[in-house]
Amino acid sequence: MLDALSYGFIQNALLAGTLLSICAGIIGSLIVVNRMVFLAGGIAHTSYGGIGMAIYFGIPVFLGASLFAVGAALLLASISLKHKNQMDTFIGLVWAVGMAIGVIFVDLTPGYNVDLMSYLFGSILAVSHEDLYFISILLVIILLVVILRYRDILAVSYDSEYAALRGVNVKFFHALTLVLSALTVVVSIKIVGLILVIALLTIPVYIAEKLSSSLAGMMFLSSVFSLLFTLSGLYLSYAYNLTSGASIILVAAFFLVIFSAIASLRQQ
Amino acid sequence: MKPILKIENLSFAYEKQTVLENINLSVNPKDFLAIIGPNGGGKSTLLKLILGINKIQSGSIKIEGKNSTLCLNDIGYVPQNTNINTDFPIKVIEVVLMGHTKEKKSLWGYSKNELQKASQSLAKVGMEKYKNSKIGSLSGGQRQRVMIARALFTNPKIVLFDEPTSSIDVKGQKDIYRLLKNLSKDVTVIVVSHDISIVLEYATKVAYINQTLVMHNLENSKTMFDTNNKHFCEVELLSLLQNNPQKSCSC
Repeated sequence: MLDALSYGFIQNALLAGTLLSICAGIIGSLIVVNRMVFLAGGIAHTSYGGIGMAIYFGIPVFLGASLFAVGAALLLASISLKHKNQMDTFIGLVWAVGMAIGVIFVDLTPGYNVDLMSYLFGSILAVSHEDLYFISILLVIILLVVILRYRDILAVSYDSEYAALRGVNVKFFHALTLVLSALTVVVSIKIVGLILVIALLTIPVYIAEKLSSSLAGMMFLSSVFSLLFTLSGLYLSYAYNLTSGASIILVAAFFLVIFSAIASLRQQ
Repeated sequence: MKPILKIENLSFAYEKQTVLENINLSVNPKDFLAIIGPNGGGKSTLLKLILGINKIQSGSIKIEGKNSTLCLNDIGYVPQNTNINTDFPIKVIEVVLMGHTKEKKSLWGYSKNELQKASQSLAKVGMEKYKNSKIGSLSGGQRQRVMIARALFTNPKIVLFDEPTSSIDVKGQKDIYRLLKNLSKDVTVIVVSHDISIVLEYATKVAYINQTLVMHNLENSKTMFDTNNKHFCEVELLSLLQNNPQKSCSC
């Protein structure tokens, strides 16, 4: 395995996995405590529309997916404030329409030969330098937002009505959380793929939530677990020639089962 | 005595449905006012107007002569105990620190002064020793005490309670009301509740709201409500209010 570390693509994969784990740990914590997992799932699948359009118009896929996902996030943020009770219907709608747009644009692309599977299951071993810059910039933005506005984010996440009464701009922080989630989802698609992105944003977070007594602690632990699962999954992927995204998620699921079993035994 | 809260000619409607009509109310410092009335009678709307959640359409609400929406630090609020995620990873003291208003708040971390104030608020409700506990590990009654500590964080002059015992067992309810009674020695307590019998046991004044407002000072008629029969209490109270209405009362 050590000789593998000398390959540039393996180094890129490890670096991408580390950066993404920190992003996923922080944003996944916000998604879980705000009960927005389905919302994040909707945004993830809607971004497929952006991928299809980017391929059709010949623009970078990251850019197309990001713009589309951020647009979907802002649309859903606006809807969730006005029609809270019908939110799941709108998420389902945006989810399906986004994916349909992606499929149609891919159909329309002349001489299309991009491997769609790479967007469904990820390809961390194909991460480029540009991808690394993008993830790094995203991580810096996430860290700055969380460090500088932690108290407001905590207040809005715990009790948004009370936060509004205390003068916090709840609509702004709600939209900001969704936009950062959308960008993290787009970055994660490259690594673990469209289908598995939600698992990376929730499994490590679920374990961390049970072990943490503060949101900051949950974000830290989630990041550590994400990193552990990502690196272990990468190792298995390399050693046994398996799909990297699926390997990462199955490692996470394995740890979840172990954790749940231990927690259950301790309760008894 | 100069009133701490003065509501004058307040009316409010949701679209064309009038909810409150020409409400006049004066509340003195350290009063314990119970606001009762049927569902849809306008109790919660009145609270939302005082808190600035709903915008005033006509009339005025003043706290010590100032517009109530400009007095965030003077109003504490304990919402109905609903929709709070008990799995949320947050310590008791962090919940109390959320009582801080936007002004003068640091963006990250808590100052010594803030932590000290939060501890003092928790001490007032007998929860200081739980300050580093996870909120989800507390009982319903303990959690409600933490919410009261959060409302007390800015040392408000008035604290509004919306159904403060809605999800607490009977013994816990009495404990909470005894705590509110104790708090009313220092601050003005206003409680919205449909649980008439228990509220009347502790309140000094009662306002019955059903679109309009009828006020009664309970201090001279306490014995009338020495019963656990809620229906009896309501009938007696309504009869009392109808026979001796004190609209626009200054209590």
